Amino acid sequence: MVVRFPEDQRPSAWKIVVFQYVIASTFVALLVGYWRLQIGEHRYYQQEAERNRIRDLPVIAPRGRILDREGRVLVDNFPAFSVLLLREDLPKLTPDRIRSIAQGLQLDPQDIQELIVRTAQLPKFQPVMLKPDATAADIAFVESHRVEFPELELLQVQQRFYLKHQVAAALLGYVGEVSEEMITKSGDRYRPGDVVGKSGIEREYNDVLSGRDGMRRVIVNSRGREMGSMTTINAMPGNDLRLTLDFDLQMAAETALGDRSGAVVAIDPNTGGVLALVSHPSFDPNDFAHHIDRAEWSQLNTDPEHPLLDKAIQAHLAPGSVFKIVTATAALETGAITPSFTIICPGYITLYGHTFHDWIWKKHRGHGSVDLHRAIVESCDTYFYTLGKMLGIDKLAYFAQHLGLGSRTGIDLPAEDPGLVPTPAWVKRVFKHKWYAGETISVAIGQGAVAVTPIQLAYMIGGVAQGGVFHRPHLIFRDELQAIGQDPPDDGLVRFPLSAVTVGAVTSGMWGVVNEGGGTGGGARIAGLAVAGKTGTAQVVSVALKNSAHNADYKNNAWFVGYAPASNPQIVVTALVMHGGESSVASPIAGAVIKAYFEEKQSGQAPAAHWQTQASLAPTVPGHFDLQGAKRVEQAR
Amino acid sequence: MLRKFTFREIDWILLTVALILAVVGILEIYSTTAHSPLANEYKRQIVWAVVGLVTLLVVSQLDYHTLLDHSNGLYIMGLFGLLALLAGGQAIGGARRWVRVDGFTFQVSEIVKLIIIIWVASYFADKRTKSVSWKDLAVLGTMIGLPAALVALEPDLGTALTFLPIVAAGVFLVGIRARQIAVLALLGALMVPVGWHFLRPYQRQRLMTFVHPAKNVQGSGYQVAQSKIAIGSGGFWGKGIGKGTQSRLGFIPVSHADFIFAAFAEEQGFVGTFLVLLLYFVLLVRLLDGAQLAGDRAGVFLVVGLTAVLFFQVAVNIGMMIGLLPITGIPLPLMSQGGSSVLFTFAGLGLVMSVRMKRLVNL
Repeated sequence: MVVRFPEDQRPSAWKIVVFQYVIASTFVALLVGYWRLQIGEHRYYQQEAERNRIRDLPVIAPRGRILDREGRVLVDNFPAFSVLLLREDLPKLTPDRIRSIAQGLQLDPQDIQELIVRTAQLPKFQPVMLKPDATAADIAFVESHRVEFPELELLQVQQRFYLKHQVAAALLGYVGEVSEEMITKSGDRYRPGDVVGKSGIEREYNDVLSGRDGMRRVIVNSRGREMGSMTTINAMPGNDLRLTLDFDLQMAAETALGDRSGAVVAIDPNTGGVLALVSHPSFDPNDFAHHIDRAEWSQLNTDPEHPLLDKAIQAHLAPGSVFKIVTATAALETGAITPSFTIICPGYITLYGHTFHDWIWKKHRGHGSVDLHRAIVESCDTYFYTLGKMLGIDKLAYFAQHLGLGSRTGIDLPAEDPGLVPTPAWVKRVFKHKWYAGETISVAIGQGAVAVTPIQLAYMIGGVAQGGVFHRPHLIFRDELQAIGQDPPDDGLVRFPLSAVTVGAVTSGMWGVVNEGGGTGGGARIAGLAVAGKTGTAQVVSVALKNSAHNADYKNNAWFVGYAPASNPQIVVTALVMHGGESSVASPIAGAVIKAYFEEKQSGQAPAAHWQTQASLAPTVPGHFDLQGAKRVEQAR
Repeated sequence: MLRKFTFREIDWILLTVALILAVVGILEIYSTTAHSPLANEYKRQIVWAVVGLVTLLVVSQLDYHTLLDHSNGLYIMGLFGLLALLAGGQAIGGARRWVRVDGFTFQVSEIVKLIIIIWVASYFADKRTKSVSWKDLAVLGTMIGLPAALVALEPDLGTALTFLPIVAAGVFLVGIRARQIAVLALLGALMVPVGWHFLRPYQRQRLMTFVHPAKNVQGSGYQVAQSKIAIGSGGFWGKGIGKGTQSRLGFIPVSHADFIFAAFAEEQGFVGTFLVLLLYFVLLVRLLDGAQLAGDRAGVFLVVGLTAVLFFQVAVNIGMMIGLLPITGIPLPLMSQGGSSVLFTFAGLGLVMSVRMKRLVNL
């Protein structure tokens, strides 16, 4: 081998060796670096890689439906989308970005900021609900800004939808985002953004209706787009809940009350089952199922008509003359009088140095000679003033309380008002003065401090008419709740036996109210049916509703509590028309409900199919959702 | 000059190692881009590899002295190429680095890299001194600084930096005095603030990230963080071909190009890492062997120049994946997707083979 490379020109061999050493040591350094990552810290980086690509998304369990006693759907769900906020990269959420997101989703940037602060304690991998009711525009915004806002994610949810025109709204209630307080109390059960019942049945039976959310583990790419799913824990849907409510009767009651402010309650006194429960004006629960903004909320809260109040169980009002049934029962049961006890009514009476006028005094006359029957039929105040004086407040209060007034009936709805039966002890405790004897006279005709709710009056009249057997009002079927492993409220049966004489005298009086000449409740009369009842016109406006009184005319509240048949009650109906003036406006409402009840019974027909009856009530939902029969019915018209 | 084609003196070891690395690269490009809009990139890469192989064989038959004789002409051509590029080149991703020919884009700076190797070799071929003079340093600084500045302006700082090891290796080989090193170091230190001034914001960001990796995990630190996750999660055996979640789901940036080694390490684990590093090591050591076999001074400088560039690129690219070095846009020779880079590497290897062959031939 001939090499013509002169030795003196050749670069020194040691320099090449230096190169070799440099290369070798660099490669060793690289290998050590890779060893540390791939072997030493492999577990850590493996977790990081999983965290990168795996995201846990909740699968929202549909809430149970709410049905009427015939299984007709009152509250249903339809699929919708919510916008979630992923919080793994929260530091990236600068005020500017929050503003852009708020603008895109039409939210208040402050609300988003507050949400972030509020949920700061939660694990970072847990997304929170940013907007529970995404509109088509919101969905488009999220989808088209996946790259700019990877922290936004869409979640399919079940949105609640309710009957239109506020039908049974107060009773059914509404759902909304779980409150801070409830999350704390529930332990781990609720997370922010969860939907729970906020009022009415939705709240009372939230545990029955709400299911258990599932979880979906999905693979996402670096832009947050879902590429596939790994495991799914299915959601457990909530239980359907059948109510004792009769939809036809509810509609009859809604229609009968109409636009007037007030309440209608219908109960089966043999069981306590509530057949209809109306409170007007109300609210549209669908607005709550969608997003309700602050303005709407404060409007609902400050409305003098108190649309959020369920007046059937929360109106705290003087019962007026309906209370005379309590006074009459007390007088008969204590033996103070017999049914034949008679007075001459000149239109007023002077007791304890004060003149108490009869309502008929406005016509400058009296009722004349009245016994107990006439006194009930014509609602003679003077007669009951006299009984009040004879009984005294202690006996009156005792009977009022034992006939179901002054305490909650225990109906399975939240926030029932207990009403008030005034006693000397109560006056002393609250007003720090002695009981004035004159107050007893007012209480005897249902004025003064005595206050009731519509449900209490139905409970009381139903119990008296049955001879002192009181069934707690309720909206569910106990055995059905038991069947799904839920604890039902106890049946709450109360017996306060009344003598046959008492019951006979009082019920015959109430029959006369509706059916005899001079009776105050003729408006509830139904041909061929023995309707009985008692009217009431209450002058005093309760403390709770005082504000509304300032705005509305000082018109009296009109009451009518009726039942039928008179001897063997199957339905009791309370009708309350607030500021209705004369009690004659209330009796036709109760009459209409009673009539509807017996017509439906007699016809023996199966109730009309759900969607056919409700086609006009079904709310408008996004186009893809077919309301089954509803559309066909609308087209047929 | 082109005689009868001969395979007798082809360096089969070098060629085999280079081809294995190219094939591994193609497989990884396929694995990481399948099911993506870039799913056909691996086919282009195959074409480039074949073109590269042919180029290697052709270049190996050339007499490298011919190229050395024309080194000044080549240099001027390269300079004009770079100027023309800056004036009206194809802008991709905000940088003017490419010329487009029949649908294939080509990176001019890669040819310039080869020209600079040739030019430096021819410059040193005639130096018989024991060490470089101040004049040499000035000439080299100017002649290499000029094209480097033009490339940096494209902007492509990474490729501009690859010119440095060519000169440095050459100077070291000739010999340099301690005083000169000291002065150069001082000069370099003084240049730091000036250089910082000329850096683009994203380049500054990258350097800052390198100094403080934890500071900017979402911004420029994102790339390093994600590539480390990819590599670390690969473990010992790797996740398997097509199963790298970091690369498939887009967490690693350009996982088929500059970051291909992160994608590879994720799917093939430490075993793969070790084998590929071993292949590169064999390649580089084999190249240095060739330097010692060269028939003349110019041949030595050619081989060392190429070795220096390849070593620099491999070390920087593989080192930056795990945060040992700051992120620069330097492709991994032979493996990264990119025709110009593949072609440059194969042509360079062809030149080395030419040197190897000519050592026995009297001309």
